[in-house]
Amino acid sequence: MIINSRFFNRSELIGFVALGLILFVILPLSLDVFRLNLVAKYLTYAFVAIGLVLCWGYGGILSLGQGVFFGLGGYCMAMFLKLEASSVENTKIQSTPGIPDFMDWNQITALPLFWQPFHSLTFTVLAIILVPGLFALIIGTAMFKRRVGGTYFAIITQAVAAILTILIVGQQGYTGGINGMTDLRTLKGWDIRPDHAKVVLYFFEVFLLFGCILIAQFIRLTKLGRILVAMREQEDRVRFSGYSVANFKIFAFCMAAIFAAIGGAMFALNVGFMSPSFVGIVPSIEMVIYTAVGGRTSIFGAVWGALLVNFAKTGLSESFPQLWLFGLGALFIAVVLAFPNGLSGIWADHVQSRIDRLVSSIKKKSGDWTSNSVADGAPAE
Amino acid sequence: MSDEPNKGLRSPLRRKLLMGAAALPLVSILPRPSFGAGPATATVNTTGLAVTDTEVTVGILHSATGTMAISETGSIQAEKLAIEQINAAGGVLGRKIKFIQEDGASDWPTFAEKAKKLLVNDKVAAIMGCWTSASRKAVLPVVEQYNGMLYYPTFYEGLEQSKNVIYTGQEATQQILAGLNWIAKEKGAKSFFFIGSDYIWPRTSNKIARKHVENVLKGKVVGEEYYALGSTQFNSVINKIKLTKPDVIFTDVVGGSNVAFYKQLKAAGVDLSKQALLTISVTEDEIDGIGGENIAGAYACMKYFQSLDNANNKTFVPAFKKMWGEKTVIGDVTQAGYLGPWLWKLTCEKAGSFDVDKIAAASPGVEFKEAPEGYVRIHENHHLWSKTRVGRAKLDGQFELIFETADLIEPDPFPKGYQ
Repeated sequence: MIINSRFFNRSELIGFVALGLILFVILPLSLDVFRLNLVAKYLTYAFVAIGLVLCWGYGGILSLGQGVFFGLGGYCMAMFLKLEASSVENTKIQSTPGIPDFMDWNQITALPLFWQPFHSLTFTVLAIILVPGLFALIIGTAMFKRRVGGTYFAIITQAVAAILTILIVGQQGYTGGINGMTDLRTLKGWDIRPDHAKVVLYFFEVFLLFGCILIAQFIRLTKLGRILVAMREQEDRVRFSGYSVANFKIFAFCMAAIFAAIGGAMFALNVGFMSPSFVGIVPSIEMVIYTAVGGRTSIFGAVWGALLVNFAKTGLSESFPQLWLFGLGALFIAVVLAFPNGLSGIWADHVQSRIDRLVSSIKKKSGDWTSNSVADGAPAE
Repeated sequence: MSDEPNKGLRSPLRRKLLMGAAALPLVSILPRPSFGAGPATATVNTTGLAVTDTEVTVGILHSATGTMAISETGSIQAEKLAIEQINAAGGVLGRKIKFIQEDGASDWPTFAEKAKKLLVNDKVAAIMGCWTSASRKAVLPVVEQYNGMLYYPTFYEGLEQSKNVIYTGQEATQQILAGLNWIAKEKGAKSFFFIGSDYIWPRTSNKIARKHVENVLKGKVVGEEYYALGSTQFNSVINKIKLTKPDVIFTDVVGGSNVAFYKQLKAAGVDLSKQALLTISVTEDEIDGIGGENIAGAYACMKYFQSLDNANNKTFVPAFKKMWGEKTVIGDVTQAGYLGPWLWKLTCEKAGSFDVDKIAAASPGVEFKEAPEGYVRIHENHHLWSKTRVGRAKLDGQFELIFETADLIEPDPFPKGYQ
């Protein structure tokens, strides 16, 4: 409990336990497998949103290209799964058996060299982390070392998203083109499609998500996190104090990329599908919206934002197939106009303050009055 | 004369009305048939589909929003019309068809999610849906895993065959080969220039067309170019066309790119009454956007044109316009969408069941004589036997039928010698 009370303040601990309770117990017990699998899909975006909280909420670096890293992670996973699904006996009907079906349609007769290592699961897992991480490192170094920031950085990340989409769509013989990689079946011989597999994957994903939440929380609480916030507020002062601003920015951007990539890989596993429609500009902006709705400075808020926006998306589109996009748009406008700090802002302003008052009034009565909870709280926002 | 084809629909309707009148005098005032007179639910539904004594549920899964909505709306309309007509004629196995519409939102994973929802939650007996190949490829693993039945309306690239899908559009060889034969013979064409959008359907279609031009027609392909979906800059390829002077421009550019392509072609002074152009991607729906004056004179290779002069089409077109407005146009895919519910109904009646396995097994040989395109029949490979037709675009946005094959063309999704 002592560790907890330092690692999380009281309200964060409540948030952590409540999220754990809902994701581990309440949702699996109350939803059927189809809906649970949808939740698993939504949660893959929560990884991206947590990354954005670090990079945008704390570091002040708005990236409109997180779809790139989500896509890279997803494609790495999908390549492994696709190779396994394209065994010689599964693809007898093709002119070249043993290669993915879309290669066969595009008159490719041998597995390209860069596909070969994806026969190995170990390599794939490493690639899911390293490929997007290195890519973010390159972009970050190129940009931040030259002190490109703010809007310009956001525009460049958008351009990268657009370029990667065009590349994937154009090189369809190697990537599956606009169709993406479909019909993913097994992971090391274990069928990922039946209901029990979906449940196992769901729990695995929630474990990973909590791992990422803890890492993000850890980064936030270290000196590193404080510097990120300082950088967001007064970049020059941090620089004059002798810190290398660029390196900290690169680090935050790389972490966000890696989180997004883990989300992408889980997406490919849970949905059995990867396509360029998760890489481009629109999905990248949607990912920022999840974070904005949840509250960009709150790690838990990001998870809730991803869950609720996607629930609304599914719910509205099932009920009003012709009009749902308007409803969703109205929801975003309403949230941003009325609650600029998102859901976590609503919570902090309206719910948390009441709880605090209640608690402190009880404490006052018992004469044990400390101001600890304020000192431990999030940086004053 | 024009009333005659209607009798097929009306006489069972009248019978149902009389039966309803005898059973329920109060309800009989409403002009609709009574349902529930079919065989017992337990016998026609052994796999837990959404079938009651009076109703059977099917799904409609197209993009009502997003970039594909403009194309898919016609299919949605046609499917709803077919369902309404089937219900008016007594439904399927004595049950009224109820439909649940889901929006794929021009987003392939959403299609997969909604297909799963229709099959797992709503337990629909069949899905009428998908349009692009990408959406079908996303939905295919879902319908195969949960054993659903998909009626897919679009002409497509072939190379696919599934127990769980009925392809009511043409596969590539059905659409392309007869058209190329015709234009080679009619125009003495020897050189061809291919222009397509950059994705699986145009690439596969052009591959087939190239093999046919080179190996069968002994002609030459003088150029082959692809443009990203949504691309609007065609000036460089138009210059190449002017340089190479092909006998035929063969295009499979899709969607909004068509508008830019034909306008730029006209602006560059390419006169389609002198330069032969054969497209496999422009239907009446696309001309609506392109404008008749920009494309008049081009040839399109399809299986259906709104202007077809046959008795079935003469009742179909007014019925469609009555339901969806005078200004709507009906393209090839819209007609193929209309076939889906009817073929499913006829198959259910042949199988005497809604069970997917029985429907899949009973599908080969099912005939639909009232199809607006004329007679169609389902092949063993779950594609349709249908005719290939060539039409010439007119100023008013309609096609004038120039040529049609004498016989139905056999569907061949895995063509030998073309891969």
